Amino acid sequence: MYKKIMVPVDLAYVDRLEKALASAADLSKSYGLPVCYVGVTTATPSEVARTPQEYARKLDAFAAEEARSRGLNGHEAKAYTSHDPAVDLDEKLLAAIKDVGADLVVMASHIPGLPEHIFASNAGTVAMHADVSVFVVR
Amino acid sequence: MSDTGGAVTPEGESAVVQTDYVVGQDNIRAKLGPFGLDIHNPVFLISGLVIVAFVFYTLALPEQAAAIFGWLLPAVTSTFDWFFLLAANIFVLVAIGIMISPLGRVRIGGTEATPDYSYAGWFSMLFAAGMGIGLMFFGVSEPISHYTSSMAADAGAPESWAPLAGAAGNELEARRLGMAATIFHWGLHPWAIYAVVALSLALFSYNKGLPLSIRSIFYPLFGDRVWGWTGHIIDTLAVFATLFGLATSLGLGAEQANAGLQYLFGIPVSDVSKVLLISGITGIALISVVAGLDAGVKRLSEINMVLAALLLLFIILFGPTLAIVTGFFGNLVAYAEYLPALSNPFGRSDENFSQGWTSFYWAWWISWSPFVGMFIARVSRGRTVREFLISVLLIPSIVSVLWMTAFGGTAITLVNEGYTQIADAALELQLFTMLEQLPIAAISSFIGIVLVIVFFVTSSDSGSLVIDTITAGGKVDAPVAQRVFWATFEGLVAIALLLGGGLAALQAASVSTGLPFTVVLLLGCVALVKGLLAEPRSK
Repeated sequence: MYKKIMVPVDLAYVDRLEKALASAADLSKSYGLPVCYVGVTTATPSEVARTPQEYARKLDAFAAEEARSRGLNGHEAKAYTSHDPAVDLDEKLLAAIKDVGADLVVMASHIPGLPEHIFASNAGTVAMHADVSVFVVR
Repeated sequence: MSDTGGAVTPEGESAVVQTDYVVGQDNIRAKLGPFGLDIHNPVFLISGLVIVAFVFYTLALPEQAAAIFGWLLPAVTSTFDWFFLLAANIFVLVAIGIMISPLGRVRIGGTEATPDYSYAGWFSMLFAAGMGIGLMFFGVSEPISHYTSSMAADAGAPESWAPLAGAAGNELEARRLGMAATIFHWGLHPWAIYAVVALSLALFSYNKGLPLSIRSIFYPLFGDRVWGWTGHIIDTLAVFATLFGLATSLGLGAEQANAGLQYLFGIPVSDVSKVLLISGITGIALISVVAGLDAGVKRLSEINMVLAALLLLFIILFGPTLAIVTGFFGNLVAYAEYLPALSNPFGRSDENFSQGWTSFYWAWWISWSPFVGMFIARVSRGRTVREFLISVLLIPSIVSVLWMTAFGGTAITLVNEGYTQIADAALELQLFTMLEQLPIAAISSFIGIVLVIVFFVTSSDSGSLVIDTITAGGKVDAPVAQRVFWATFEGLVAIALLLGGGLAALQAASVSTGLPFTVVLLLGCVALVKGLLAEPRSK
């Protein structure tokens, strides 16, 4: 049914992703799909990594650990830089879907509240604009 | 390479600093109603409170504030004139020295890093942030002012404002001197100040892996102490200088834009018009910061650049074209010829000029340097140091020469032809008075007024991003609500001071921060060279 799952991850908030990561792993195992973990970082030093290279290494390690502990059917990791992720994260993720060739996105979101009327949530925006299936985990 | 960033590619080597500090470790994350916050403790709080306290003070006791700051600025620029002049010369020498030395081969971001922005986008952004509005107001008025004082019979007397004793009665020499003095204030020196700050920030952030914040420059000198109070003070000072620099320019700019609008369209000069102007400019800046660095700030800077180029081209074509073209080279020669004397820090006999103009300008550029430098740093990843210095030091200086030659040269020619209204008009109207003498004045003046406003917006939006980053401990991905806060706050401070009085007093306060920052920047030069020496160089 699907070929590849993409899971956007924020390495600064891995604790909030558990449900989405578990859902992605279940889908991966039941359909036999590889999972691609995608992270977006700034080129300036961030709390996760001091260079984009370091970020990419951490994302690789994270993906490998996920694959090992959850017994995934193949995994990869892809890091992207953004000049202004507070604003253009959605755009990056939409481009990443095409770039990694995923046809299913599993992505964590928070419960929509007032701010969504002003700044749409990332998962909401991705679900609205992506041309592949998006599983928004709340 | 793309203008919006892409997949992480190998960047080659860079000398990442070994420190245990984690970006954002001192930050407070909180929810304020529906909005998330991610702010540095205590820089956000202290700078916010100090700014509010200052605004209340100048509103509550406007006369006292005006007296104190009205005294402070001239006291600083006249007592420390030699220090400002000497320091600015050092910045030029350091920048040129690095450019021509093998250190020029170091690449920002690592030996194999690729540029984040195309030349056009990059150059538009650094130019719009760096000079902006000043070019509109001083392009005509400064050359005219130096020319007039140099021509005057009293040139050279102690009370004269002429540069280097002027050239009383000598029309040709007064013109050369006036242009050289103007170009001196808008050429290599200001850009060297920006370049040193920007290069240091870019190096310590992209190559050394330290947070994008002014304090990071001092890591080689203070070590891990920069994460404590030493750094808090440096960063708070930077926020203070930036916000007041922006707010006062916004307030004073609204007064000037209002005068221009009245001159052109008869719109009354009133508090209502000015508040509407500030609100409008802040509103556009808000849209720009919410749209982000690429979709907002960069795009506006490019629009700004196109408009500025149009106006410049218009002046060259419809003004005295031949005089401008030959004047460009003539002025370059005059600049080179007068540069040693103009930049001499000691034993000056033209104190009105060297203290009232040069020293004031240097303090002004230096007080803006944390803001402009940090913004330039953020968009300069992937350039080699040499490429960076050519683009931040040499090219903008040459553009300034061309701009001043076109605007100032045309104005001086018109004044000599008997159209002395330009020199007699109020400072903010001199540009429009000159445009009136050229064809299609209605259109060119309109472009002029739009440019004035767009230049304000491009300073306001990039400034808000910079303040947001400093007060978020160097994080560029803090929640959008924060940058909205700073952009709005800046507009509110400007409106409060405009209505309550005290704009000029606070501008004096902000420019006075140039003095401590000069010390900071001199130390920064040492840190920069030390930092560059440790970097691997590109082939």
